[in-house]
Amino acid sequence: MKTGLIRFSLAVYLLILMLPIYWMVNMSLRENADILSTFVLFPDKPTFDNYIKIFTDPSWYSGYINSMIYVSMNMALSVTVALPAAYAFSRYRFIGDKHVFFWLLTNRMAPPAVFALPFFQLYQTMGLIDTHIAVALAHTLFNVPLAVWVLEGFMSGIPREIDETAYLDGYSFPRFFFRIFMPLIKTGIGVTAFFTFMFSWVELLMARTLTTTEAKPIAAVMTRTVSATGLDWGLLAAAGVLTIVPGALVIYFVRNYMAKGFALGRV
Amino acid sequence: MASISFEGVAHSYERKPRGDRDYALKTLEMTFENGGAYALLGPSGCGKTTLLNIISGLLRPTRGRVLYDGRDVTGLRPAQRNIAQVFQFPVIYDTMTVAENLAFPLRNRGLDRATIGRRVHEVATMLELENVLGQRAAGLTADQKQKVSLGRGLVREDVAAVLLDEPLTVIDPQLKWLLRRKLKEVHARYNHTFVYVTHDQNEALTFADRVVVMYDGSIVQVGAPQDLFERPLHRFVGYFIGSPGMNFLPCHPTGDGLGIDGTDIVMGGAWFEKAAERAHARLELGIRPEHLQALATADGDTVPARILRVEDLGNYKLVTAMLGPHRLFAKVPEGQEIGNENTNLRFPPARTRLYADGELLV
Amino acid sequence: MEKPTNNAAWLFVIPVVLLVAFNAIMPLMAVVNYSVQDIFGPGQAYWVGTEWYKEVLGDKRLHEALWRQFLFSGLVLLIEIPLGVLIALAMPRRGWAVSLVLVVLALPLLIPWNVIGTIWIIFTRPDIGLMGYTLNSFGIPFDHTASPLDAWITLMLMEVWHWTPLVVLLAYAGLKAIPEAFYQAAAIDGASAWKVFRYIQLPKMRGVLTIAVLLRFMDSFLIYAEPFVLTGGGPGNATTFPSIYLVKVALGQFDLGPAGAFSVIYFLIVLLFSWLFYQVLQNVGKRSAR
Repeated sequence: MKTGLIRFSLAVYLLILMLPIYWMVNMSLRENADILSTFVLFPDKPTFDNYIKIFTDPSWYSGYINSMIYVSMNMALSVTVALPAAYAFSRYRFIGDKHVFFWLLTNRMAPPAVFALPFFQLYQTMGLIDTHIAVALAHTLFNVPLAVWVLEGFMSGIPREIDETAYLDGYSFPRFFFRIFMPLIKTGIGVTAFFTFMFSWVELLMARTLTTTEAKPIAAVMTRTVSATGLDWGLLAAAGVLTIVPGALVIYFVRNYMAKGFALGRV
Repeated sequence: MASISFEGVAHSYERKPRGDRDYALKTLEMTFENGGAYALLGPSGCGKTTLLNIISGLLRPTRGRVLYDGRDVTGLRPAQRNIAQVFQFPVIYDTMTVAENLAFPLRNRGLDRATIGRRVHEVATMLELENVLGQRAAGLTADQKQKVSLGRGLVREDVAAVLLDEPLTVIDPQLKWLLRRKLKEVHARYNHTFVYVTHDQNEALTFADRVVVMYDGSIVQVGAPQDLFERPLHRFVGYFIGSPGMNFLPCHPTGDGLGIDGTDIVMGGAWFEKAAERAHARLELGIRPEHLQALATADGDTVPARILRVEDLGNYKLVTAMLGPHRLFAKVPEGQEIGNENTNLRFPPARTRLYADGELLV
Repeated sequence: MEKPTNNAAWLFVIPVVLLVAFNAIMPLMAVVNYSVQDIFGPGQAYWVGTEWYKEVLGDKRLHEALWRQFLFSGLVLLIEIPLGVLIALAMPRRGWAVSLVLVVLALPLLIPWNVIGTIWIIFTRPDIGLMGYTLNSFGIPFDHTASPLDAWITLMLMEVWHWTPLVVLLAYAGLKAIPEAFYQAAAIDGASAWKVFRYIQLPKMRGVLTIAVLLRFMDSFLIYAEPFVLTGGGPGNATTFPSIYLVKVALGQFDLGPAGAFSVIYFLIVLLFSWLFYQVLQNVGKRSAR
C-alpha cells in the first residue's frame, strides 16, 4: 500500500503547513486583550470585529486595493514582455545571449536596503512617486528576470520539431505562437504568473519607498498597527489572513494551467 | 512473436458510456496474425491509437478480451505483455549512452552481461547504430533517436509484438523513407508481429502486408494494399486511399441502366443493367482516377464531359472534368489526346464499382 | 538539436533588457558612487577611493555575519531542495485533490515577510503560541529570545515552512511537463520506481531545479525581514545576518559610504556563488552518464 503511505505523509505535511496559518485565523477571531490573557485552541467567543475594522477603515482596505492594482499591472507587464524574450533564448543563439541571460538574474542579487534611496530619486525625477505604475515598474526589476528564466525552462522542454512542423504546415509565426505553442507551455505560464504575483505582492521595501499615501500597499499599512498598548495581535492577524486571500484566488485560477498534464499522441 | 486477437472489444473514454457515440472504439473482432506487418490507417480521431494502446495494455478496454496466442492478457499491464512500443517522438533516456539505452530493458530483467552485450551489439548493428553506441543519447539526430527507441524494443528476444504510433512524425522528410525501409528490413529479419499506426497512406501502403483501415471507431476494411486499391469495400476506403481518392457519382436505376443524378446521362450496357437490378438504397458509382479514361474522340460507351483543368505532373496528367454538376478526376498517361474543351469519359466495367449506402455492392 | 544563430532574435529580447536596465543601471551607479565617497551631507562629498572597501572587508563583525549566512543558506538548500522534490513526487497528478493541494501549498508564500516573522513570534511564545505552549507543557524549555540554538531552530523552521512550497511548485510543474509516453516506455522496459526517478524524472527536472536552487540561494543569502522581525538579529548577534548588519550600518548610522561599499561586496559574493551554482547545474548532465 505504498500509495496509501505516500498520500498519508502528504496529508500530514499539509496539515503541519496549515498550523501557523490556522493559528493566525484563530487569533484574528479574538480581541487583543483576550489573546494576551488566555490560551485556547479554538476561540470560544469568535468575533469578526477585527475584520469589520479592516473593511470599514479606508486606511486599511485601501492598502489591499493598492496592492492589488500594482501587482496586477506588474503581472501583466512582466509576463507579456518575458514571453517573446524567453522564446528567443530558448530557440536561437545570438550575440551575447548567455551573458544577457545570466545578467538578468543578477538583478535579484543585490541587497535592497541601500538601493532604496537612489530608487526613490530615480522615480522622483520622473514624477512617478506615489503612483501604482511606479511600483509595478520597479518590481519588474526582479520579476521579469524570473519570468524569463522560468518560461525559458518550459519552452526548452518543447521539441523544436513542433515549431518546424507548424511552419511546414503553413502557420505564420504569430498564429503558431498563440494557437500551438502557448497551450503547450500552459503549465509554465501558470507558474510564472503565480510567481510574479507572489513576489510583487509580498515585496515591502520598494513598495514602501516609492509610495506615500495614495498607493500605499497593505504590507506597509500593517506595520503601523502599533498603538499605545503595543501591537494589536488580533487586528494584525486579521489583516494577515486577508493578505492571503487574493493570492489564494490567483493560484486557484491558474491551478488548471499547472495541474493539467501534457499529452501527446492522443488520437 | 505472437498472434493478437480481439474478441468483442470496445472502448469508451467516458465513465458511463451511453450510446454508440460515447465509444471511441466500437465493438470489433480482429486477429493480427503472428509475424504479420499490419498498418492501422485512418484519419485523426478514428480510434487507431486507442486500438494500439489496447494491444499494448496501456489502456484496458471497456468491453471485450485481448488474447495473445490464445492467452487472455486483458488484465495484464504493458510490462507483463512483452511488447515493444515506439511513440510519435523519440522516447529515450537522455542521460544514458546509446548502448546503455539498449541494454536497459535487459538489465531490468537481470540478464547476464555477456548476453546483454551480445544482444545490444546485434540490434545496434541491425539498426546501423554501432558507430554511436558510446555517445550520449541526447546528442543524436531525431531519426537516430527513434532507432534507439525501436532498438530498446527489439533487444528482448521474446518480444510478442512491435507497436509503432506514427513513428515518423518528427523525422526529416528526406530521412523518412530510409527509416521506413529499415523498419521493413527489421520485420523481415525478426518476423515480429508489427502494428504500425499512421494517417499517411503512403507509409501504410509501402510498409504493410495488410492494412487495417479505420473510420469513426470501426474497422472498415482489412486487406493487402492492392485489394484496398482495387476493391474498396467501403466508400471511405475508396475516398481515403489514393491521391486523389476515388471518384463518386450519385446515380439511380432506370429502365436501361444507371442514370447519373443531375444529368440526362444514362450509363448503359450489360454491366450497368445488371448492376441496376441489384440496387436498393442510395447508390453511387465509384471509379479511381487511375482507371477512369479520358479520350479525345467519343464512341459507343463514353459519356461527354467538360474539361475544367489539366495539370501536367510529369509522367501523367491530372484532368479535372465536369460531368453535369459532378467533378471527376482522371489520371491520363502523358502524351494521350484528351480533347480541348470537352472530353469523353469511359468507365471500364472491370474497374467500376457500385456502392449502396457506402458499402460495396458490385 | 543545435540552435540556429539568428541575431534578429534580439528584437524579442530588447523590451526585457530596456525594462530591467532602466531599473538597474542608475541605482547601481548611485550605490557605487556612494561607496567611493565620504558623504557628510547634501553636496558635501569627498572622494575616498577604496577606503570604505578596506574598512568593510576588515570588519570582524561582518566576517562573522557572513559565516552565519553561509551556514544558513547551506542548511536552506540542503533541506528545502530534497524536501521540495519529495513532496512534489508525492503529490497527485490528476483529480480533484490537485487544486486543493496546490492552494494549501501556496499559502505560506503569499504572506508578507514581516507578517511571517510576526506569526512565528506568536507561534513560539509559551503564553499565546501553539508550538510554544505545547513544548512548554511537555516540560521543554524553548525560548528563542534567550537561547541562540532555539533562535536558529525557530528560524530554520520558519524558513523551511515559508519557502519549501516554492521548490515544490517548481518541481511539480517540471514533473507535470514530462509526457506520459516516458512513463509508458519505462513501464514497458520494466523499470523500477527508483530508476524512473533517476533516469527520467530527475534529468527532466534539471531546468526547474536550477531555478529553484538559484532562487533559494539568492533569496536566503539576502534575507532580511523574516529574521529581523523574529529575533532582531539576536539573541546577541546569534542571528545577525549580513543584510541586518548592513541596515544597522546604513540606516542606523546613516553612513552611506561604508553601506555602499558593503552592498557592492555583498552583491559580488552572491554573484560569484550563483554563477558557480549555475555552471555546475548546467553541466552536471552534460558529461557522459555514470
